[in-house]
Parts: sequence; structure tokens; C-alpha cells
Amino acid sequence: MLNSLASLVTESGFAGVLAAGGYKNLIMIIIACVLLYLGIKKQYEPLLMVGIAVGCLLSNISYFEGLPAELNASNALYHPELWADFLNEASPYAHNYGRIMSQGGLIDILYIGVKAGIYPCLIFIGIGAMTDFGPLISNPSSLLLGAAAQFGVFFAFMGANLLGFTGNQAASIGIIGGADGPTAILTTTRLAPELLGPIAVAAYSYMALIPMIQPPIMRALTTEEERKVKMTQLREVTKTEKILFPIIVTIFVVLLLPSTAPLIGCLMFGNLLKETGVTERLSDVAQNALMNIVTLFLGISVGATMIGSNFINLQTIYIVVLGLIAFSFSTIGGLLVAKLMYKLSGGKINPLIGSAGVSAVPMAARVSQREGQKANPSNFLLMHAMGPNVAGVIGSAIAAGFLLSVFG
Amino acid sequence: MTSGVKLPLGTALLDAILGYVVVFIGLGLLMAVIMLVGKIMVAKAKQEAAAAVVSKPAIPEPAPVPKKLAPGSAGELKLYDTDPRDAAMIMAIVANKLQKPLNELRFKSIKEVK
Repeated sequence: MLNSLASLVTESGFAGVLAAGGYKNLIMIIIACVLLYLGIKKQYEPLLMVGIAVGCLLSNISYFEGLPAELNASNALYHPELWADFLNEASPYAHNYGRIMSQGGLIDILYIGVKAGIYPCLIFIGIGAMTDFGPLISNPSSLLLGAAAQFGVFFAFMGANLLGFTGNQAASIGIIGGADGPTAILTTTRLAPELLGPIAVAAYSYMALIPMIQPPIMRALTTEEERKVKMTQLREVTKTEKILFPIIVTIFVVLLLPSTAPLIGCLMFGNLLKETGVTERLSDVAQNALMNIVTLFLGISVGATMIGSNFINLQTIYIVVLGLIAFSFSTIGGLLVAKLMYKLSGGKINPLIGSAGVSAVPMAARVSQREGQKANPSNFLLMHAMGPNVAGVIGSAIAAGFLLSVFG
Repeated sequence: MTSGVKLPLGTALLDAILGYVVVFIGLGLLMAVIMLVGKIMVAKAKQEAAAAVVSKPAIPEPAPVPKKLAPGSAGELKLYDTDPRDAAMIMAIVANKLQKPLNELRFKSIKEVK
């Protein structure tokens, strides 16, 4: 009886918290609760944030560095040591999914979808099925704004190099500036999986904070006169053009940069399902059921990588700061090129649509609309800003493709 | 565990510039392709619209519907050897003498009696 009670006490999570390194778990539990608060109360990307927070919570209350390995092996939902062996080329278990399946916990098995790059691509099918590329097709010059707004990716990449990160890690940190969660996760999983937790949290947090990050930069870089510009109505796009668009983009971009195939291929496949008009059932599944199921698995498994021993270090702070720099400089890049287009077009383009070139769809476009209407209440920039916004999705996929081909 | 190796600063800078340029070139070329497709589509739509206009006269136009006369009007007033100004004056005098509004009277013709 006493022995049973003693083993219950020594094997409990409370004993784990009190053991060596247990304070890190405690900090992570608090961080998980903060993320839950941000997701539920503040509604910062709640669909993913709640999943990430729960994943973080579950892994930190079931895995303790200070407890015996056999206890962690049987109790933990996520085993960082299994994944360390999986990624270690010198280990006999390198790239061995069989060991993960046989010895892993629930979240280890779900995490295979992240590691194999399946979830981000499936999410891209859903995003494609939900995206209307009409504003981009009617105004193709929006693509230049989508390209310009990748400035932050390469600026943060340089910053991360200066701070001593490796090339792979710097590329993964830089891609936060693309403001595209699935792209950031796919790139990080391939290039620097050890940073997945902080990068995913930084990417989704800053995406949720776009309405706070962008407006001061927009107002600082544009004049009142520029913000007041009313743009002319976009031309109507035919159904044929909308069907041809995903096919053309897939062929053209993937031929140009083959490493973009998973992202661009899935994004455009989803869009084709939407536009053909003959695959409505599939489009409906991609937009709703598939998207929701994958979001659930992705959130919880990414959150689980935020184990205290990996997360609480100086690198995480650097990543959070560099992520903010990446977002800000992406906004600056888009605005500056939009200002150039304003000059070249003789004042016909409102520079505010440049900030929408970061691919956080449709939040960045909504911010452009709101700022435009503040300057001129009769201004409607939303559809004009949607062009650069969806161009940003393609732009960040190309940026990720470039980084994957150089460092992958 | 750390992935990859540290890059010399010059190499990192070159990679960053090259990456940004690749994104611009990729999207710039894509822009050109989409513009081209758009131009072809617009031209095709114009051609179809023009073809529709050309083929329209083949369908016989319906006979013009006669205009409905305004209430109280007798239609066109016929004037015989009378100046329109004189006719207007005559109609006004008649209306005045009869104490009736002009639009309730019907004038069929005015002829100068010699």
C-alpha cells in the first residue's frame, strides 16, 4: 500500500516539476495558458493558437527531463529524444518512422504529418479553395507588390546570420516575414526542425497582430494626399481566365523553381477545384472538413514541440524579435514599391495597397482598406488590396522555394 | 541539435540579394504571362461582341410602335395658309374666350378664310 502510494507520488507530474529542470516545464505551462488566453479572449488566430497552446500544455505536463527515461517513454505524448534520433544522421534510427510509430505517443504520431510536410500542403489546398484570385488577374501588377513585400524575409535572414544562427536556421527565421503560417512551418520542418515551436508561435502571433503592426508604418511612409487616392474599378475577369490562372501559375512557377512544387501545386490545385465549377464537392471538402481536420492536427503537433528544455533559451527571444523585424520590413518593402508605382502611374495607385503584399489573407488587405477610408471616407481599397495580398501568398511560396533549394 | 552551418556574412548577403531578385523575376515573369493571357481574353471578348453586333441585322426589326398620344391632344394640328405664330395666338384667344385650359381643347385645323 505504502509502496503504491510512494510510486504514485514519485511518478506523478508534480514530482517531475520539482525534479531537476522541472521549472522549465512550469514556465511552459504558464506560456501555454497565456497562449490560450490570447487565442480565446483576444482571438489571435484562435483556430491555430488554441491548438498550439493545448499541444504545448500536453507535452509539458507529460514529459519531464528530470524523471526516469522509462517513465517519459510510457507517459509522454511527445518524445523529443525520439525525434532527435530521427534527425541525427549518425543514429541507427535516423529517418526511421517505424520507431516513431511503435514507441511514440499520440502527438508523435500526429507530428509525422508535420515532419513529412503533409499538413502545410493540405492546408494550402484549403487556402487555394478559399481564395479568389480575380483581383490579381484583373490587375497583374499586384504581383510586383507581392514580390516587394518579401523584403522582410531576406532582411531577417541577414539579421539572423548576424546573430550567429546557421544558414538553415536563418532561412527558417526569415520566412516568418512571409506572414504565411504553413509556408513557415514547411520551411522550418525541412531546414531547422529544432526551431519549429518558436517560429510557428512567432509567425501566427504576428499574423494576428497585423492590425497593430502595420498601421503606424503605413502612416509613417505615406502622405495624406497619397492615402486619399481613389483607385479606378477593376475589370471583370472571365471564368476561363480564372480556370487558366492556377494551371498557368503551377506550370510556370514550378518549372522556374521546382522546390515550390508542394506549396504552389497544392495552392493552385485547391483554387482549380474552386474555379472549375465541376468539382464543387471537392472544393467544399477542401475549404471546410479537410482544412479543419488538418488545422487541428497541425496546431496540436506544432505546439507539442515547445518542450521547456528546447524552448526556454536566448534563441527563442532572438526569433521573436527577428520575426517582428521581418514583418515590419516586409510591410516597408511593399509600401515603398507601391509608392514608386504611385509616382509612375501619375497618382492612380494608392500606396496603402503595398502593405497588403504580405500574405496574411485577408487581414492585411482589410488594414489597407481601413487606413484608406480613414484618409478618405469614400475610398474603397479592399478589392485593390486583395490583389497584392494573394500575390503575397505566391511570393512567400517562391521565397520559401528559393531558401529550400539553397539550404535544403 | 543545430541544422546547417554558419554562413560567412558576404555569402549570406549574396544569398539574400539573390533570393529577393529571384522572387521579383519569378513574379515579374508571371505578371507578363498573366497580362498576355488577359489581353488575349479581352480581345476575344471584343471580337465576340463585334460578331454579335454584325449578326444582329439578320433578325428583322419589329415594326415601330406608334407613339401614344397625350390625353386631350388631337394629334398634329393642320395649318392652311396660317403662320404658326398666328395659330398659337388664335388658340390662346379661343381658350381664353371659352374659359377652358388649352390642353382640354382640340384643334384639328386652322385655315385662313379669304
